[in-house]
Amino acid sequence: MPRRKSPRKIVAPPVFKGYKPFGSSKVCDGEVELLYEEYEAIKLADYDLMPHHEACHLMGISRATFARIYESARRKIASAFVEAKTIKTVYGNVYFDENWFRCNDCENAFTIPNPRIKRICPVCRSQSIQLMNSTGSTNNK
Amino acid sequence: MKTIITANGSDVNATLDPRFGRCEFFCILDEETGETEFIENKAKLQSSAAGTTAAETVIEQGVKKVISGDFGPKAKSLLDRFGIQMVILKDEGQIIANVINSITGK
Ligand SMILES: [Zn+2]
Repeated sequence: MPRRKSPRKIVAPPVFKGYKPFGSSKVCDGEVELLYEEYEAIKLADYDLMPHHEACHLMGISRATFARIYESARRKIASAFVEAKTIKTVYGNVYFDENWFRCNDCENAFTIPNPRIKRICPVCRSQSIQLMNSTGSTNNK
Repeated sequence: MKTIITANGSDVNATLDPRFGRCEFFCILDEETGETEFIENKAKLQSSAAGTTAAETVIEQGVKKVISGDFGPKAKSLLDRFGIQMVILKDEGQIIANVINSITGK
C-alpha cells in the first residue's frame, strides 16, 4: 500500500497567534516564524508525547520529513528563547492552502497557478485530480 | 518548456532534494529535448529567506514548473505570483533520472 503523504494534516491549529518575550533586558528585535506544521510536530512529539513514527503517520508525512520539520521547530523555538524574539505562527505549506491539487492516480501534489496550465497531473498526466481541501473529486471532463 | 527539479547532486544519478529553498542543486530540464543543466543553489547556506532567494533563481531561469518535496510559504507565494507550477513528489528518495522519465512520459 502506498504511503499517504501530503497534505499535512494539522489536527488542531494553535490557539494563539504568537508569543512575545517580556522583561527582556535588551530591546526585543526580530521574530521567528513558526509554521503550523512545526507547531504540530512539537505538540505531537513533546506535548502529546507521541512516538515519532506515529506522529508522522498522523500528519501524513514521511519520517524524514517529520524529523526535518521537528528539528526546524526546535531550533526556531530555541532561538526565540535565547535571543528574546517574538514567535509568530504562520501558515504552513500545504494543508491550509487552497490551491493544491492531488492526483488520484499517483498521489503527487501540485498547483495550477494560471488558467493556461492544463488541468491534468503534471507527473502522470492523469485527468483524475482533486483539490486537496475539498472532498469532492474535480475530475476533468 | 523548462522545468526545475531540486537535486542532491549535480547529475541525473543524484536524488531529489526535498528541501526547495535549501536544496544543493537545481536541475534545469528542457522537457522537449530532454537536456539537463545543473546549477548550484546559492541560497542553501543563507541563514534566512533561502526560499525567497531560491524562488528568485527559478524565476530568473524562466522555468514554468518546479519539482521538489517541500515548499515554504514565501517561496510558494512568490512562485504563485509568477505563475510557476509547483509539484510535490511524495517519494523523496527518487533518482533525478527517474523523475525526468516520469514527467516526460518515457
Ligand atoms: Zn498523477
